[in-house]
Order: sequence, then structure tokens, then C-alpha cells
Amino acid sequence: MSTQVKVKNRLSSTVQSLKPSGIRRFFDLAASMEGVISLGVGEPDFVTPWRMREASISSLERGHTAYTSNAGMLPLRVEIQKYLEERFSVSYHPETEILVTVGASEAIDIALRAILDPGDEVLVVEPCYVSYEPVIRLAGGVPVFLKTTMENQFKLTPQELETHITERTKAIIFCYPNNPTGGTMTAEEWKTLLPIIEKHDLMVISDEIYAELTYGRMHDSIAALPGMKDRTILISGFSKAFAMTGWRLGYVCASPDLLAGMLKIHQYTMLCAPTMAQMAALEALRHGRSDMERMIESYRQRRNYVVDGFRHIGLTCHEPDGAFYAFPSVASTGLSSAEFAEKLLMEEKVAVVPGDVFGESGKGHIRCSYATSMEQLKKALERMERLMGRLS
Amino acid sequence: MDRLKQRELLHLLEEDSRMSAEQIGKMIGEPTEVVEQTIAALEAEKVIVKYPALVNWERVDDHPYVNAMIDVKVTPKRDVGFDEVAERICRFPEVKAVYLMSGASYDLSIILEGKTMKEVATFVSQKLSTLDSVVSTATHFILKRYKHDGVELEDRDEDHRMVVTP
Ligand SMILES: Cc1ncc(COP(=O)(O)O)c(C=O)c1O
Repeated sequence: MSTQVKVKNRLSSTVQSLKPSGIRRFFDLAASMEGVISLGVGEPDFVTPWRMREASISSLERGHTAYTSNAGMLPLRVEIQKYLEERFSVSYHPETEILVTVGASEAIDIALRAILDPGDEVLVVEPCYVSYEPVIRLAGGVPVFLKTTMENQFKLTPQELETHITERTKAIIFCYPNNPTGGTMTAEEWKTLLPIIEKHDLMVISDEIYAELTYGRMHDSIAALPGMKDRTILISGFSKAFAMTGWRLGYVCASPDLLAGMLKIHQYTMLCAPTMAQMAALEALRHGRSDMERMIESYRQRRNYVVDGFRHIGLTCHEPDGAFYAFPSVASTGLSSAEFAEKLLMEEKVAVVPGDVFGESGKGHIRCSYATSMEQLKKALERMERLMGRLS
Repeated sequence: MDRLKQRELLHLLEEDSRMSAEQIGKMIGEPTEVVEQTIAALEAEKVIVKYPALVNWERVDDHPYVNAMIDVKVTPKRDVGFDEVAERICRFPEVKAVYLMSGASYDLSIILEGKTMKEVATFVSQKLSTLDSVVSTATHFILKRYKHDGVELEDRDEDHRMVVTP
């Protein structure tokens, strides 16, 4: 008998059971082709504004290359506090309630790991960002999916929330403004959910990475509503609004006991977020507002343009109020979202992401990111129109 | 159209003056006709002055082209100050821009465009320096244009993103 571990068992059963990302499969397919116009990119098409890049370079020149405190540079946490208070009327103490993380991604991970015991159920509002389910499983939790629909502008309703709660339900996680639908929630809509959240004593993980990207009205944070701050873990970061995806910088805010728990995980696994990125983020919050506004204006114009374009070529599309995604339905073509996306890629060289990658309720839709140049959007719409012409 | 949208329209046209009224309308959420009327009105009010193309002549083979900036010291005249001489200088077709400057040791800054160095030299020595009120000139040739009118001419930002991402 060999003493070697069986190959099959070298990976944990949890890891073995995780499905590879559906986005990844599409990425491989699209990457192997030339001349593809991509509406499949979930990140800004802007390069990080120069002022942030410059701040980071200058900090390197001054030799700021050491670890910062585990929770992140205090001046940065102070700026985050001021920023959240001013923009979204949520107030967190910089020393005990704010933790700087390696992207919102790490924040999601440590939030779940900090609160879940094996078998705890987490409600996940669908369609949703592809990481929630695997990260919940890795933390020992069990995801339970809540559906939203286009007819309802992809908003979570009290009925849908209430029907899925069991004794094991510990928390709910969602992202509004939403990736992939662009759906948002108003304060009034949040209020209809609060009695249920309170009655069942749920914790709330609110991924607000797209908070700045709303068109026509300000983002309403659930943490700002009466009684909610204490049970909410607010997650955000610099990737989207400040076009800083590659910097890997985010943050998580929560009441001191929760934050202390997350800090434990963070300090043993990450130690601290990258120093150069923290320097750039500090600059972003202090002086980057106008850069951000310029980008938001441009997203809004492109949103208007593509949504109109989709409707024009015969795809039903709700008007997304936030993020930089449109989520039109392709049901009228009789194809599944994967079939449609594959046909569009192979025949017209336009990459989009099939909606069911983001969960059951994304079925029949495709995610189209409009974070790409007007020129590309125009061409993509022309190509999609050609395909629609052949399908009808 | 409200002022904010009007400003948005101007920004869009400034970035790409060939954008159609229909496309602008869709982007800012206004009917095509309203965009057309607004553009016509802005033209009439001389808010929109011209629709130029920004050409990077350095990329055009065999196109002799020089740019010079000339600092000009002048004696201002009673009643008309600097205006008279400035207006005169403006009339020369090779002059692309004329500015009255503060805080410099000269008064007018001129941007000149010529086919050859010699053409610029001739202009300065025969036309500009000989003007009555011009006291002195200093000519600086532009060696290379890196950024012009807010546009970086070299090194355009390419899209380095992966084709599909979360
Ligand atoms: C909903 C959502 N949350 C989190 C992230 C990850 O953000 P970060 O780059 O800050 O890790 C993304 C990125 O696409 C996202 O769409």
C-alpha cells in the first residue's frame, strides 16, 4: 500500500464541490477569438485617474513601503468615515468600526467567516455577484437563494424574503446597486423589509461597491435606516467608482464587536492592505471627487444610449438605475441565455455574460456592461441588431 | 433644455463634434429635435464657435510644419491700450492665437504656425518686428507636441482589460 494521499482527496470536499465560475468559461472562449467587442467586462474602462496614480508613485519615492496598521492607515479610515457620512449619512467610528481590506472581495470573505457557524444559512439575493455562493460555502455556510424579477426591477420583496427564512438563517447578503442587473433599492423599499429582518434577528451584509454609480438619485444605504446600523455589515471599496480595480482596496464597516472579529481573521491572513494602494485611496477620497463625477456622467450617458438601443432592436430591458450593467431579456428569441450569448459571440463577435451565471433568476437574460467606449457600444449594438434580424 | 444638460451636450460635442444629434439625444435623454434646436441656438449665440478636427500633423508624412510661440513686448497706446496692435496681429493668417499676458516680462503671447522655420523667421523679422508699437520679440520653436487641447497625442490609452470579468 502506498502511503500517498489519494489524489482525489487532496482537496477538501468543500473545494471539490465548488463549481468553476461560469464567467471563466466564457472568458476562455472569448479570449481565444480575435476582434471581439466586449460587453463582458465588469470593471471601469477608465484608467485610474492620474492624481491617484501620482499619489502612489510619490509615496513610493518617499519610501512608504512598510506594513500599515492591521486595520489600515488611520488617516485613510478617517477619510472613509467622513466620506460615508457626507455621501450616504452613515456614520462609523474610524478607530473601532472601519477596517481597510484587500478589495471588497476580502471584506465579503471575512464578514461571512466572522459570523457563520457550520450549517448556518445565508440568504442570497439573486441574480448576484458570482462570488457569494462559493465564499459562503467556504465559510461553512449554506446559501439559500432569494429571487428577484425584471417585472419588479430586480428589487427584493418582503414576501420573497419571508418565505425562505428558517431557524438556521443567520444573515442575508445582497448588492445594491446590483451586479448584474443594475437594479437599486430606495429607502422606502428597504423599509418594507426591516420588520422581517428585525423579527427574525437577521444580520445584513450589504455590498455597496456600486453605491456611487447611481443615475438620477442618490444611493440609499440600508445601514442608514433606523435600527439597522447595529446589525449591518457595510462593504465597499475603490474598484468601481474610482476605477481602481487592480489596486485591490476595499473596506468593511460594522459595529465594534463584529469589526473586532473580522480584524482577527484579517490580521492573521492578510496582515494589512497594500500600502501604496492605501496612499492612492487617501488621495481619491480627498481630491478625487471631480474625477469620479466625470466618470459617472459618462456611465449615465452610455446607460441611456444602450438601454434605448436594446429596446430598439427588440430586447426587453428594464432601466437600470445603478452600476454599469444592463440586463436585457433574450427570452423573446426562444434561446436560453447561454445559447444566445454563444451565438452572439461566435457569429457576431460580441461578448456578453449569460444571465444564469448569476443564479437561477438570471435565466433568460444577458449581462451587458456598458463600461466601454461609445464607439464600441455603437458597433456592438449594430452587430446585435444583425443577429436579432436573423433570429426573428 | 436645462443648463446642466446643455453643458453636458457641450462636453460631448467638444469631445467628438461628429456625434449626431440623435446619439446625443439618447445619451442625455432628450428628443433629437430639442438637441438640434439647442445646438442651433448655441451656434447663433457663438457659444459653439467652430467644429475643428484635432490633427496630429507629426503623423502626416512629408508635411512640413512648425509651431512657434512668440513673446512680444509692445508700447500700449493711449485709449486703445493693447487692443489695436493685438487686433492687427490677429489678422495675419499664420497667427493661430494671440493672448494678452499678465505676470510676464512681455505683453502679448502669439502662437504661430508655419510651413518652415524660414517662413516663421520671415514673419517675425519682416511683419511683426516692424509694427510700430512692437518693442521686442522672442521666438520659441515648439520641438514636439505631447498634449494639445487636452488630448495626449502620443500613447493613447488602450483597453488592457480582460475580455470577460466578474
Ligand atoms: C458586487 C460586487 N462585489 C464585489 C466585487 C469585487 O470588488 P473588489 O475589486 O473591491 O474586490 C465586485 C466586482 O466585480 C462586484 O461586482
